[in-house]
Amino acid sequence: MSLSTEVILSLGIPIGLIVLGRVAGKRIERKHYESIAERERAFAAKPAFSARDAMLVRPIADARLATGSVVVSVDHFKRFIAGFRMLVGGELGSYAPLIERARREAVLRMKESEPRADAYINTRLETSTISNASQNEGTGTIEVLAYATAVRFEPLQNGRLPGS
Amino acid sequence: MILTNIETVPGKRIARHLGLVQGSTIRAKHVGRDFAASLKNIVGGELKGYTELLQESRAEATQRMVAQAEKLGANAVVNVRFTTSSVAQGASEILAYGTAVLVVEAG
Repeated sequence: MSLSTEVILSLGIPIGLIVLGRVAGKRIERKHYESIAERERAFAAKPAFSARDAMLVRPIADARLATGSVVVSVDHFKRFIAGFRMLVGGELGSYAPLIERARREAVLRMKESEPRADAYINTRLETSTISNASQNEGTGTIEVLAYATAVRFEPLQNGRLPGS
Repeated sequence: MILTNIETVPGKRIARHLGLVQGSTIRAKHVGRDFAASLKNIVGGELKGYTELLQESRAEATQRMVAQAEKLGANAVVNVRFTTSSVAQGASEILAYGTAVLVVEAG
């Protein structure tokens, strides 16, 4: 193999992957945000609270555990940018959208797992790093788990709270 | 079996506490999924294979916790918590724990 072919291979593949990561990663991110925004609108009337007792004035008829989780990975371009960032320290801005997407997705899946609930109380978010044998330990692959108690209210009686 | 992650079951009264119950599972990824994930790593986004794997594991851990609660004669588990820890390269433990209780209709 000539020197130039070797140079092209050894430089071309990583650069190709970075470019592919940039182009496809951007597209996937945009589509994911659109999907999140649309589904969040559908669930806008069914809030998730982090409080245990979210000032719910209506009596609860039914409660059950709802969970939702997602594993996401950062793309090659962002990993490359982060590599530079780590030389000087500071905030890794390129990773922020990924984690935000994962959290919003996990909360949405939690809601979708109990779609008949009226509210989700005591919502907890857990983030854990997934180690990956083919990469360095846990390179930008995370799991986000959201869980909460999904509650359904007692139906209104003639538009009034029961017992009032 | 009613599961909640708050201290009570709304609309019901806790008659007896039956103690801590837990269920866990340790799962390893298989090679096929790992390979698919390494390709997906280039463009980023969701790794569906891993999402499913962890969901199955969590369901398994929850099932074991529920089985333990049933043995104690409970009809609900309150204050359920989930944790994940990696025990070895490529393997993670998923733990579900909570307090087994006997609930009765309030009032």
